[in-house]
Amino acid sequence: MKLKIVVASGKGGTGKTTIAVNLAMSIENAMLIDCDVEGPNSHIFFKEPMVKLKDVSIPAPVFDLDTCTLCGKCADFCQYNAISIIGEKLLFFEELCHGCGGCKIICPVDAITERDHHIGIIEKGGNEKLVLYHGLLNIGEPFGVPIIRKLKGFADDSKTTIFDSPPGTACPAVESIRDSDYCVLVTEPTPFGLHDLTLSVDVVREIGTPFGVVINRDGIGDDRVEKYCKEQNIPLLAKIPNDIKIARLYSKGIPIVEGIPEYKTLFADIYKRIKEVI
Amino acid sequence: MVKEITIISGKGGCGKTTLTASFAALAKNLVIVDADVDAADMHLLMQPKIKSKEVFNGLNVAQKDDNICINCGKCYENCRYGAFDPDNTLHPEKCEGCAVCEMVCPVNAIQMVKRNAGEAYISDTRFGPMVHAKLHAGEEASGKLVALVRQNAKNVAKETGKDLIIIDGPPGIGCTVIASLTGVDLVLVVIEPSLSGIHDSMRVMKVAKHFNIPALVCINKYDINEENTKNILKFCNDEGIEIVGKIAYDDTATEAMMDEKTVVEYSDGSMSQAIKDIWQKIEKVLI
Repeated sequence: MKLKIVVASGKGGTGKTTIAVNLAMSIENAMLIDCDVEGPNSHIFFKEPMVKLKDVSIPAPVFDLDTCTLCGKCADFCQYNAISIIGEKLLFFEELCHGCGGCKIICPVDAITERDHHIGIIEKGGNEKLVLYHGLLNIGEPFGVPIIRKLKGFADDSKTTIFDSPPGTACPAVESIRDSDYCVLVTEPTPFGLHDLTLSVDVVREIGTPFGVVINRDGIGDDRVEKYCKEQNIPLLAKIPNDIKIARLYSKGIPIVEGIPEYKTLFADIYKRIKEVI
Repeated sequence: MVKEITIISGKGGCGKTTLTASFAALAKNLVIVDADVDAADMHLLMQPKIKSKEVFNGLNVAQKDDNICINCGKCYENCRYGAFDPDNTLHPEKCEGCAVCEMVCPVNAIQMVKRNAGEAYISDTRFGPMVHAKLHAGEEASGKLVALVRQNAKNVAKETGKDLIIIDGPPGIGCTVIASLTGVDLVLVVIEPSLSGIHDSMRVMKVAKHFNIPALVCINKYDINEENTKNILKFCNDEGIEIVGKIAYDDTATEAMMDEKTVVEYSDGSMSQAIKDIWQKIEKVLI
């Protein structure tokens, strides 16, 4: 079975997508899954448009108001406060519903059935060498985790899969990191970068995934991130220099390994180092 | 009336916190809020002195007593989040706190228990009170913590007679973003003119529109791609969205951060000036 590698970071904008895309492009027989369903960006580095593959829905209750006795059991049960009974009226707040199905089970008169509540889509793209899957959370929907779970199912065991994680340390990032063989934490050598790296390290250690660090925009800031990695015995996988050429390529949606092919070795080496550890 | 403004961007790393911190230095009579509860950075520039701390209980989590459990499989069958294996082993880290397992368990082997998911703080800074929080590693319910932080900010504003709340928003468009912008008077969208910056800012602007919140735009690092900057200007023009300013790429932002200061405190240079102009325009719209 091939490796599953997730690229993550506490702070946003440190270069997760840059690393994920360029790493995937530097590995033979790889595929890319962009788990940042709130703001997916990997597709920007491919010329081919993304094509819709499937809808993602979660179950949501439908209330038969003729049968409903307004007993309020569902409203009392719902942990997300998605149902409330005010006077003679039952109110349902769809955007708070997690689709657990508890209301349907607890209703004593079977007044609740379920329908699909559409929360987003999954699209496929990339090119003939590298397949890309990503998800898009609908505007106004709060929870992207069900889409991330579906996306992870597209990983093909015969290919090395690179996952591009959303930023942060909360549930969407945790869901993206979980079940991977290795986590690449991307940071920048600034106080914000260091602080958010320490938060990510806590998360990855708790999940138990082996991990290493890539310092992006090396040259700005100072060496505190490097010192921290040394103290904590965290492998430093690579340092990517703060190069205005890279920022310009990024702004235009051109992968580094295409715009400056010399960087191909750097990304191939990251993969080599990960393989040595595992 | 207390006015609330949230700074968002969709994509991370566009300069939300850098700008918000400077606005906090420029504004008068305000409460500062860091709503990026799962990767909060504002405190690094503000050095808040914590005055009060409260435990944040997220959603409850299932706890199973294996001595009572009869392995009937009902929890596994009914849990929609994969928190139970087919052999009924519970994985609390996958639990979303819905309590269905507790309800269906015929022998009461499962109990929903409180989970300490983080801490919320009320602090003092050189610019006034600051309200912030820390979500524990890998916890859920970050939107709920943002809601708590915002409620704290409103209370503090009321108690101390402040008339402005400035909220540093999280990246993305999901629950924490929604919780940071519902009901505010104005959002400022910080756009970095990369294709991804544009893509994500468009999505977050739609979220603001969805919740009927007026938006202003500011372009940060506009000179990394002037072509894209032109496109953003045109888009905003067509949509009738006011652009309150453009800021050039400037190392001052990093230097100020290294010095643990806001840009407007650290330097009087062109970046500082641009931020001051932007804040003036925002104040005009807000008040």
